[in-house]
Amino acid sequence: MLVWSRSGRLVLWVLFALLFGVLFLAPLAVILLSSLADQWNGVLPSGLTTEHYSEVVSGAAGSAVKASLITGFLASTLALVSGTWAALSLRLQGHALRRLLGLLFFIPSAVPSVSVGLGLLVAFSHPPLLLNGTVAIVMIAHFVLISAFTFGNVSAGLARLSPDFEQVASSLGARPAYRLWHVTLPLLAPYLVAAFGLSFALSMGELGATVMVYPPGWVTLPVSIFSLTDRGDIFAGAALTMILVAATLILLLGLERITARATGS
Amino acid sequence: MSAVAFTGTSVMDVDAAKVRGAGSNVHFDKVSVAYGAHVVLHPLSLDIAPGEILAMIGPSGSGKTTALRAVAGFVRPASGRIRIGATDVTDLPPYERGLGMVVQNYALFPHMRVEDNVAFGLRAQGADKALVTERVKDALGTVGMSAYARRYPRELSGGQQQRVAIARALAVRPRVLLLDEPLSALDAQIRRNMVEEIARLHRSLPGLTILYVTHDQTEALTLADKIAIMRDGRVCSHGPTTELYRRPPNRFTAEFLGRANLLPVTIVEGVGSKGFATARHGDKMLTGAGRDEKTGAKSLLCIRPQHLSLTADSEHTNRIVGTLREVHWQGELTHLMLDVDGTPVRISATRLPMALPEPGATVPLFFTPADTSLVPEDAGV
Repeated sequence: MLVWSRSGRLVLWVLFALLFGVLFLAPLAVILLSSLADQWNGVLPSGLTTEHYSEVVSGAAGSAVKASLITGFLASTLALVSGTWAALSLRLQGHALRRLLGLLFFIPSAVPSVSVGLGLLVAFSHPPLLLNGTVAIVMIAHFVLISAFTFGNVSAGLARLSPDFEQVASSLGARPAYRLWHVTLPLLAPYLVAAFGLSFALSMGELGATVMVYPPGWVTLPVSIFSLTDRGDIFAGAALTMILVAATLILLLGLERITARATGS
Repeated sequence: MSAVAFTGTSVMDVDAAKVRGAGSNVHFDKVSVAYGAHVVLHPLSLDIAPGEILAMIGPSGSGKTTALRAVAGFVRPASGRIRIGATDVTDLPPYERGLGMVVQNYALFPHMRVEDNVAFGLRAQGADKALVTERVKDALGTVGMSAYARRYPRELSGGQQQRVAIARALAVRPRVLLLDEPLSALDAQIRRNMVEEIARLHRSLPGLTILYVTHDQTEALTLADKIAIMRDGRVCSHGPTTELYRRPPNRFTAEFLGRANLLPVTIVEGVGSKGFATARHGDKMLTGAGRDEKTGAKSLLCIRPQHLSLTADSEHTNRIVGTLREVHWQGELTHLMLDVDGTPVRISATRLPMALPEPGATVPLFFTPADTSLVPEDAGV
């Protein structure tokens, strides 16, 4: 404990509550209120309604939720598989090569997502790689943007994994595939679930690259929200945002339960 | 208690597995290991006989774990060959070597129950269900952990986890059991008990060849048939445990294997037919057990602390005089620290005279020639 005095701890708690309230809760509260606002001309809405939710649910919300969930699930799964594969493979390389390739993996996360979208648009607009206007290019954009995070998470998990587990398994006669499936991956499970959850959350909120590449008929939630607010329909945009938050939260809580079961905590 | 029989064969070879005492020998043939230009194990040639426990001991970085990992297949020798039984395993992957390994932190798979941990190697090798059940039962029975089969490793104490780790290694009926500092993570009391249990286990499985790596000389002295003492990537001595302890071939061995008082002496009469030489320490003439010491040679007279006495008797024909510096009482033992002509000397005794002399007092010390050993001063290590 860094602060021993009771008053000192109280001050810290108040400071934390203020920061948390202003930085995290206030924007969410405003969006929540907006999604339920009948009219909002003063400090608070003049009345509350669920009409905006009915409006977006009966409109494009259903297909947007579906597009976002499918995109998030497939891109995160792909990123998880490739990120795990890359982390496992790079572990066997020399220190210098491992660092270099590890850094390369993180480059897309340092580039603005709009630029990633633009790059993909240009790269895949000509045969033989003509993906422009397809759902696949949306998946690729999301995969490129989130794979660094899965790679990072799995690499961190591997770094914490004692080599003794795998070595003992080998000495007992386990071939590499058996060892991977029965020892390495189960031990990495908490990191894999965390990596998937993070990737999924990032994918669900991704706008910059998606808006550059999305085809008609595959409008994700962030793109729908952007369209609604761009048209001035702030309340409907807020309602859709709350749906996005709820969908992401439900999935992340589910993943957390899986992790807790896997680790026995 | 049913004992697990083991052989130098695959787990599937049930008939052969029933043969007791068919462990494999391990042969290091000029095995060296290097990381780049840094040699961590200089050419090592060593044999471990079937059913023997060889303890490799030495300080950190002496190459003992590297030698074990070379047998396990986790480090590739830069030169030399390793044979287990009749098989040259140098180029075989670890999973084809037919070994069992126990490591310091147990490395029990935390997501598996005890019984699944023990069954792991058998299942990995495709053993049928009935065989797995039988072997798991046997192995857990051997280490006295049958009652804990359904528990997870996190529900066991350190000592219990180590027993399960041993059971897991035994279940595959390894050709050789590799123990890499298996007791280092346990506290002193449990470690003492586990040493005795491993000794008992080996008595029940006399054919099991064990390579035991430790930095703890007590574990090595208690368990090993032979000891190899490592230093700076080389074996500085190797031989039967009692022989190495009683007749250390060099200063490092004398000091590393147990405690040793080493008095500098000059040989005045070489080793005679009875194996004793006469040596001078200061103005005292002493008799010590020697090998081939020549007259005039400089040597060290090694006397173990428990062999020094404050009282004379008919066998204590050697006498030196020291100045008492400190007395350390440790319950079972009392240690007296003395100075003998500038050489620190320790006495460890279970029983001492009721009235101990005060620090600073001059004290006569007696010892038997048969309890000494002359150690060459310039043995190169």
